Amino acid sequence: MSLASVFNIAGSGMSAQTTRLNTVASNIANAETVSSSIDQTYRARHPVFATMFQGAQSGGDSLFQNQDAGGQGVQVLGVVEDQSNLDARYEPNHPAADAKGYVYYPNVNVVEEMADMISASRSFQTNAEMMNTAKTMMQKVLTLGQ
Amino acid sequence: MSISFDKALGIHEQALGFRAKRAEVLANNIANADTPNYKARDLDFSAVLAAQNEKTKSGSFALNMTNSHHIEAEGLGSGDESLLYRTPMQASIDQNTVDAQLEQSAYAENSVNFQASFTLLNSKFKGLISALRGE
Repeated sequence: MSLASVFNIAGSGMSAQTTRLNTVASNIANAETVSSSIDQTYRARHPVFATMFQGAQSGGDSLFQNQDAGGQGVQVLGVVEDQSNLDARYEPNHPAADAKGYVYYPNVNVVEEMADMISASRSFQTNAEMMNTAKTMMQKVLTLGQ
Repeated sequence: MSISFDKALGIHEQALGFRAKRAEVLANNIANADTPNYKARDLDFSAVLAAQNEKTKSGSFALNMTNSHHIEAEGLGSGDESLLYRTPMQASIDQNTVDAQLEQSAYAENSVNFQASFTLLNSKFKGLISALRGE
């Protein structure tokens, strides 16, 4: 029944937005986590969203996936690390400073992360509201003939 | 004389099915509002209505039955031909064509239309019940 799949679709949307909110929380929490080497410094993390199709969801992942068919929700393909340059600051008195007196700050843009957080929160709300509307519609159908 | 549910219920049964299907398509648009390269979809009501009218006119359903073992195809004929892509009002930098406000209003409108179709279908059933009771 197609109304029931609205629950799956909205649920997948809420799950994806939760992942996004989690990465935002992780980024903001680690925005000031300094390190003395480039390799060990925290890098901003971002989720990658992709549309979920019917075949992929039921397990039978076909090579000839019907791109023309309607999607069946959203999935998080993975979480990628931002490869842009880290912020190197000259702070020789810092306990984590390296031999040249530099400490490395993460490439997290807190303002961007806050905007991302609001966007994720709104999208989550929309999905939850959509689920509620579908529930009302289904309950209405159950009263057929009464 | 036999009672035919198809004749008694008219188009409302198919209309309700169409509304449920469209709710699914619009829900998918809203869920993918942040997916890069996603293209918003929608069902074309007039195309589905025209297809249904064509079926009604021709007397039988679209498939030809050339063998007595064939089973008559029934239900809503909303194939891929009625599932279209939405024209974006404002291009997005990540190639996503979902306008969240547009999709939300379409979803709300579809929900109201669903209730309207349901009310009409329900009144058809009530008519049948009162006819059966003969009160």
